[in-house]
Amino acid sequence: MSPAVTPGTIPGPPAEPMARGREKNEWPLWEVFVRSKAGLDHKHCGSLHAADPQMAIQLARDVYTRRQEGTSVWVVRSDQITASDPGDKPSYFDPMEDKVYRHPSFYALPKSLDHM
Amino acid sequence: MSSSITVTSHPSVQYLLRIGDTCLILAQRLAEWSGHAPIVEEDIALSNMALDLVGQARAVLTRTGAMEAELGGEAHDEDQLAFLRDERDFRNCTIVELPRGDFALTMLRICALAIFLKLLWQRLEGSADEELAAIAGKAVKEARYHQEHSSGWVVRLGDGTAESTLRTKAALELLWPYVAEIFEADAIDDAAAGIGLGPRWADLQDEWRREFGTVLSAAGLELPAERAFLSTGKAGRHSEHLGYVLAEMQFLQRAYPGGVW
Repeated sequence: MSPAVTPGTIPGPPAEPMARGREKNEWPLWEVFVRSKAGLDHKHCGSLHAADPQMAIQLARDVYTRRQEGTSVWVVRSDQITASDPGDKPSYFDPMEDKVYRHPSFYALPKSLDHM
Repeated sequence: MSSSITVTSHPSVQYLLRIGDTCLILAQRLAEWSGHAPIVEEDIALSNMALDLVGQARAVLTRTGAMEAELGGEAHDEDQLAFLRDERDFRNCTIVELPRGDFALTMLRICALAIFLKLLWQRLEGSADEELAAIAGKAVKEARYHQEHSSGWVVRLGDGTAESTLRTKAALELLWPYVAEIFEADAIDDAAAGIGLGPRWADLQDEWRREFGTVLSAAGLELPAERAFLSTGKAGRHSEHLGYVLAEMQFLQRAYPGGVW
């Protein structure tokens, strides 16, 4: 949701010192994706703080693959991910509830194709 | 209290003890970070490295104890070798027993040792001793990662803020006098090289200086000048710090012999 901005003014930097302090002192957040086996997809498995991409990859290896969970790791800066707004859920996703015909199983197949 | 064991003085056994003990005592120092590292991710990374080193020490000490029997001595297992030897019978390089220090010293020491151990394991992959060669094949991958992880930090800290640069320089000054011992040649190294057990550590020095120097220069630091001082941990004459490490590490097995969980 967009913050309330008075028309005609340019929003300045955040006013509270806490928020600015956190921004300065905390390393950016990274989302970690691990592929468990060749041929499978990278799956989101968590997040961590790191100062740069190299550190993020190394820490992801140390934190998320120490029990042989992975053969490959991706990291993406969390602030680079654009996410859908939770407030949009009713208009975005609820309309799919009654569209059962979008599932292939809705259609009866001819007997000869039963093993498809 | 459980009484101490004595290890055979055969050069091959001594050569293996130097490797196993160097890994074991460095692991103890890294384990001191568990629960204390600056961020939880790094806490896990340091514990991972400590556990890699414990694994290497276990494998090498197990081989050492078996070799004692092959050479006509008394066989010992890894636990006896780790927990029932006195300070004078430990053969680790002095540099690994120095106190944990700050984060800069920790990373610089891991980096220096990881480069050395990587070069050593690479040579040991061709050891005439098949078991040692197999241990080296596994350990060299771990050492490579330790080098990568720690050198990233050395560069970040050395080339970081005024405070981190100062601390990294201080750590280098503190550690440097203990580096020479690693590469000091002696009869034990000659014997090991003679029978193809492993390389003379002195033969790894040039490559070590090149690799460590590259990390330092990326961090805006330089290899310090050589000093006359020579520490003697590999011969069993240690700094005042090792006794405290062993007291903590050995207490449980000495007080409750054979205790397991």
